[in-house]
Amino acid sequence: MAIFLQNLVNSLQWGSFYALIALGYSMVYSILMLFNFAHGDIFMVGAYIGVGVSFGLLALTSSGILAIPNWLILVMTILISMFLTSFVGMIVERVGYRPLRNAPRASAAITGLMIGIILETGNLILLGARRISFPSLIETATYDIGGVFLTNKKIMIVAVSLLLTLALHQFIRRTKWGMAMRAMSFDFVAVPLMGVPVNKVIALTFGIGSALAAAAGILFGIAYPVLDPYMGVLFGWKAFVAAILGGRGSILGATLAGFLLGFTEIFVAMIFPSTLRDLIAYSIILLILTFRPHGFFGEPYSAQLRL
Amino acid sequence: MPDTMPKTGKLRAAFSRVPLLGWLLGILAAVVIEKYLGTDLALGVGLPKIPALFGIDIMLKKPLLVPNAFLYTLLIYALPVGVVGVATAPLANRAAAALIRLPITVPVIVHLALFYVSMHLWAEVSDYRALVLRLTLIAVMLTLSLNVINGYMGEFSCSHPGFMALGAYCASVVTVGLFVDKGMFGIDLLPEGMGPFLFPVALLAGGVLAAVGALVVAVPSFRTRGDYLAIISLAFLFIVKSVIENLEFVRGPRGMSGQPDWAGLPTVFLWTVLCVWTINNYVRSTLGKAMNAIRDNELAADAMTVDTRRTKMVGFLFAAFWAGVAGGLFAHVLRYVNPGTFGIQQLAEVLAMVYFGGLNSVYGSIVGAVSISMLGEALRPLEIFKWIIIPLLLILVMIYRPTGLVAFKDLDAESLLRPKQGPDGGA
Repeated sequence: MAIFLQNLVNSLQWGSFYALIALGYSMVYSILMLFNFAHGDIFMVGAYIGVGVSFGLLALTSSGILAIPNWLILVMTILISMFLTSFVGMIVERVGYRPLRNAPRASAAITGLMIGIILETGNLILLGARRISFPSLIETATYDIGGVFLTNKKIMIVAVSLLLTLALHQFIRRTKWGMAMRAMSFDFVAVPLMGVPVNKVIALTFGIGSALAAAAGILFGIAYPVLDPYMGVLFGWKAFVAAILGGRGSILGATLAGFLLGFTEIFVAMIFPSTLRDLIAYSIILLILTFRPHGFFGEPYSAQLRL
Repeated sequence: MPDTMPKTGKLRAAFSRVPLLGWLLGILAAVVIEKYLGTDLALGVGLPKIPALFGIDIMLKKPLLVPNAFLYTLLIYALPVGVVGVATAPLANRAAAALIRLPITVPVIVHLALFYVSMHLWAEVSDYRALVLRLTLIAVMLTLSLNVINGYMGEFSCSHPGFMALGAYCASVVTVGLFVDKGMFGIDLLPEGMGPFLFPVALLAGGVLAAVGALVVAVPSFRTRGDYLAIISLAFLFIVKSVIENLEFVRGPRGMSGQPDWAGLPTVFLWTVLCVWTINNYVRSTLGKAMNAIRDNELAADAMTVDTRRTKMVGFLFAAFWAGVAGGLFAHVLRYVNPGTFGIQQLAEVLAMVYFGGLNSVYGSIVGAVSISMLGEALRPLEIFKWIIIPLLLILVMIYRPTGLVAFKDLDAESLLRPKQGPDGGA
């Protein structure tokens, strides 16, 4: 039982990365009906920006300009990096997606992939092939609750990701901009005629998605401090799987599917040899999609897809 | 022709009279000249040796040598091709006219033979060229087969590296197990002499295995398409990779090596021709047109008596078969495969080739595969910056030609090989 609970805790942490990244895919999809394939690499960029920001803040405190405790540095790192990374997302949209808004969706997918490669390579050129570690801003504290080991980092990661998901939900439900997003995902043709600034809303969507990815990147850096330029590739594709599994364009679905993917991967690794993890996890996904071909919360497939 | 015509117009008119046969003769002349005079000329213009890929690699490595490399390319390739092409144009036109009256197979074989001879001579200069050529031809097969699914059928399939892996491993197991490694099947090895005869069987087995694997993607495609199919195919890719990593029989993640060296340039060329020929015929057949109908509107196609299930099934299985064959060849060209080869990176590469060259077009696939793989090799001296330039190029192509360079164009052998009428009406 303790092992089960322990793995449950681990999979909550693992799933929260997927969930946060999948949210970005889902938001863009709900408006533009396409997946931003550069999103995994934006997660990577976010993690690196996080490293840069935290080192900067650490340098400021050690030189005595700022006098703030480490936990505040962490909070500021998350916020500043989210803010900065949202601009990366907006630039990606401006360069790669806006010129292709009326092109076939597959062409936009290719630009996304290529921007991803450029981001990876750009990182490699700027920082070299060495691996960079995230500075440890908080001490790991371990709590033993009946044989289940919780660390403060794990609790923080799950809490922050849930908090961000809730905030996003509130933003989309309560604010004017959120309403514009919902309206545009409902009808892409008529809503711009009602005076909704299409480009701004789309840029904002990319920005928010990228900010969430940056948060995921920093949380990932806290849990697994070694970063490399290709860390976004596999994570991005897996979160993409989660986004679709949840039903395209569904925020709730993406979050649930992200956690579900985390659970599946961790529990498969618990029961079977860990080399079988991908095999079994993806077979399960294949099975789910065979019986629910449109994901958990997606609309059923119609022949009238916008292509 | 009036004398007032500008010189460039005259030149263009002269070039427009050259049939494909003439160009092939020109290329042949160029490679023959390079073979016999290349080294002298290269030394003459101050290059250390014959530039491997049209001098681009030399230009990038030593910018000072740009004019020399340029001069070399001009003298060895552009000049002979142009001169011989124009000079033999009347003769070539007559020959082409005579050939085209024969059954279409004859002129096609003649042209292909000429092309192959030039390619062979070109590749003889260095092993590097031979390797690049073989990989390029395999890329053509892969791109073309992916174009069947993504271009002609309009799905977004991500499973191609998976099909390729199935083909590569199946063919490798057959050849290594029967001819190289006694321990694999526990039977006596077959004599080496049988190898070249069994190699096609091994490749076909790989293709068939890939086609069987494609059922996993084809069957769900009856009920869903677009993004969900993309995910199913992506999951298939991950699963194939994971299965291979866990099979100790094929040495898991360490990869398989020791494939016999049977995939020479002629073999790869023959298979590529076969692939282009069958796929070209397939996409122009009723079944191929049915795929286009499904892509444009599945409901309407169904109403117009298109058997959508059968069409999709055949399309997927056919494309996967050729991807498997290409994978088998790939394994025997590199003589080493490991599961890591067939990942997201490979997927991005093949997708890039398809969308760069052009959807729904055999020409496009050839253009895309050749240009991306040649570019990839030629820009090698730039090292990591290569991966900035190629993606940027692709983004530009996508922005200005969203369906690719040569999209929606039929490949018709007869119109391609026909003699060119001059502007004055003379053949």
